[in-house]
Amino acid sequence: MSDTSSSQALKDFISETEEIIGTLNYDLVKLADAVETGDCDPDVLNGIFRGAHSIKGLAGMFGFDDLSSLSHAMENLLDGLRLGKVPFTQPLVDTLFSSLDVLIQLIDGKSNDENFTLDLVPILALIDQSAEGEASSAEDPLAGLDIDPGILNVLTEYEEHRLLENIRKGRAIHLLRMDFELSSFDQELAEITEQLKQQGEVVSTLPSAGEIGERIAFQILFGSELKRSDIELLLSRDDLDISTCGRADVEMEPEGFVLEEPDARPDTAMATLERLPAAVEEVDAGSSMRSISRTVRVDIDKLDLLMNIVGELVLSKSSISNIGDRIKASADKELATELAKATRILERRLHELQKGVMDVRMVPVGQLFDKMTRIVRRVSNEQGKKVDLDIRGADTELDKLIIEDVSDPLMHIIRNAIDHGLETPEERRQVGKPEKGHVQLWASQKGNHVVIEVHDDGRGIDTEGVRRKAVEKGLISEGQSLSEEEIYDLLFMAGFSTRDEVSDMSGRGVGMDVVKNNIAALSGMIEVKSTQGQGSSMIITLPITLAIIKALIVQVGDKTYAIPINSVLETLMIDADVIQTVEKREVIELRKSTVPLLRLNQVFGLDSEEEKTDEKRLFVAIVGLAEKRMGFVVDELLGQQDVVIKSLGKALSFVQGIAGAAELGNQKTILVLDVAGLMTEALRGESSLNV
Amino acid sequence: MSKKILIAEDSLTMRSLIVSTIAAMGDYDTVEAANGFEALRILPREKVDLIITDINMPDINGLELVSFIRNNESYKETPLFIISTEGSERDREKGMALGANAYLVKPFAPDQLQKLIREYLA
Repeated sequence: MSDTSSSQALKDFISETEEIIGTLNYDLVKLADAVETGDCDPDVLNGIFRGAHSIKGLAGMFGFDDLSSLSHAMENLLDGLRLGKVPFTQPLVDTLFSSLDVLIQLIDGKSNDENFTLDLVPILALIDQSAEGEASSAEDPLAGLDIDPGILNVLTEYEEHRLLENIRKGRAIHLLRMDFELSSFDQELAEITEQLKQQGEVVSTLPSAGEIGERIAFQILFGSELKRSDIELLLSRDDLDISTCGRADVEMEPEGFVLEEPDARPDTAMATLERLPAAVEEVDAGSSMRSISRTVRVDIDKLDLLMNIVGELVLSKSSISNIGDRIKASADKELATELAKATRILERRLHELQKGVMDVRMVPVGQLFDKMTRIVRRVSNEQGKKVDLDIRGADTELDKLIIEDVSDPLMHIIRNAIDHGLETPEERRQVGKPEKGHVQLWASQKGNHVVIEVHDDGRGIDTEGVRRKAVEKGLISEGQSLSEEEIYDLLFMAGFSTRDEVSDMSGRGVGMDVVKNNIAALSGMIEVKSTQGQGSSMIITLPITLAIIKALIVQVGDKTYAIPINSVLETLMIDADVIQTVEKREVIELRKSTVPLLRLNQVFGLDSEEEKTDEKRLFVAIVGLAEKRMGFVVDELLGQQDVVIKSLGKALSFVQGIAGAAELGNQKTILVLDVAGLMTEALRGESSLNV
Repeated sequence: MSKKILIAEDSLTMRSLIVSTIAAMGDYDTVEAANGFEALRILPREKVDLIITDINMPDINGLELVSFIRNNESYKETPLFIISTEGSERDREKGMALGANAYLVKPFAPDQLQKLIREYLA
């Protein structure tokens, strides 16, 4: 393997393991819920086992011995659990979560440095301890069963175990035979499996021997309380052939089928594993089966490249329509009309292409929320707090890159909500709240933005405490009077933290100032609401995508800037006379509300045409983010245009008030304003930025 | 025409590794199935000279695929290898009893797989 192909393989490895971990995490949460109720869905458990198993195989191929031995230990433990050899208990689930945490740290580390490793001795010891009580079943438990040996021979050890479990529950074992069109057998089987699962357990699906022609036959091994006639009714297929062994049709005691169990199992394991699998709410076996062959994993860099090309195309199109306008003015009118028509068609198609590429980048925030459930679990365990997490809007879609970049800030906010927001169960009882704290994680789409809200029903923000702390830290002076909003803003200032320690998230010390900067870098904004004693909310507003945006192009002095159109509410032409000054701030009256103004020429230290020419006419772009409004005063409005935002790179990321650079059609590069940043700075009264 | 190898494996990364191991030999074409159902689809459509399958797949398991292939006139002589994560001895015994020609344990050594392929396709 060459270096490039091995680094590509490593990337594939990381992205596949991340995907597996996402599923593992989701399933582990389900499993954890099952400990309380005692119902353990064999599909969920088997899914977790398969996840650990896959990671082990992959890690082995890459020679990651640490990862391999950890996933191997997890796999063993899970195998014991699914084969009923290890009891299903809360400590066991905790061990699995801890193992997953270490697994994630390992993979995270390796994604930066292949040689990264961790001391695995403690976690391996913990797993070993949980696996105690493992006893191997020496004898062949299925030897005497009256099922076609041809079928028993193709069952994996796990499927054998599930078969046995079904028999032990006194269920009848049915063998269903059906044949299907070759073109649609997978969909049909998925649907049938789904129907059957509501009534029992599908132990295995087997293709029947024979030539594959237009049709293909399958057998389904199905354990259920249902009688043969019930199944015929349920599936209502003419070609259905059922043979049955077991209680429902043959008059025989269930014990007749149960062979001597060689190992005496702990009661707890029996109690939990023997329950019927609950009809799972989201039966998605069918859809997940299909999705494997219907989805493609794509490197985000490739999508970026496509997006850039689309962006360039959009720009070329602008040049063409400019040329068209010039031809119209000077020469052949007919030709100009033709060109305009062709350009419009091109524009429409381009728009579709742009939308298509954009859609591909969109992923549901559910991916992100799954991660958060783990954080909630971990932090609440650490803190000895009980937390109920309510997730809504998990299917809201956001650009993949934004999802990735908002992950750390969101993690931090959630951690804070539990850490600082929620009271201990004891404290909650005393103030008459239910012991279990409530954290809500909601996402919704509002126009071109996605709003992510984190609410908790904890103690709320102690404004007086925050004030005192800020005075202590020298961020404000003793007598300074601050509005509630201004006090919340203090939380986001560098050097402020209500506890003396900065909470340690994934090994990095992060303060709320970093959270805010990260969100601002995504052209997003964060708002705080809180009621003392009742809880607080953090509301993050993010653009759906960053790649191509419509922008309002404005002129200030001799410079041109772009304002993202999704933050522009309206544009006004005003006389300089209508500007009033309130508390040293310039404001205008707009439909009975007062809107503060920000003169961009002052912000960026430019000469304004207005000053030079004494002209009294001004242009104002009213911008808004969340509930805040502000008017940006500019010299000229030059019109709307699609722009492709390019990052300024790390070197210039400190420049305040600028979100990035954009290219205009005429090869000119202009700066894109960071509306959220400018507004916040201005409202704080620090319009001393310089570019 | 070069000989064709069918790979049934649900892990994309593992599949890619097997494909690149075979590609490095230069002599063979590959066709990939992300699960057992896809493998069943591919079999009548393509002339396959060798089959490599995983055991743990989401729809039908690898043992069932082996059994199906060995009981089918068209493919009963087609060489077949199982590549699976080391685990159940029972599964391995069953696989061999059903007529698999070889059983490789992940992580397999690329030259071991290449040697086996040469042996069966020479």
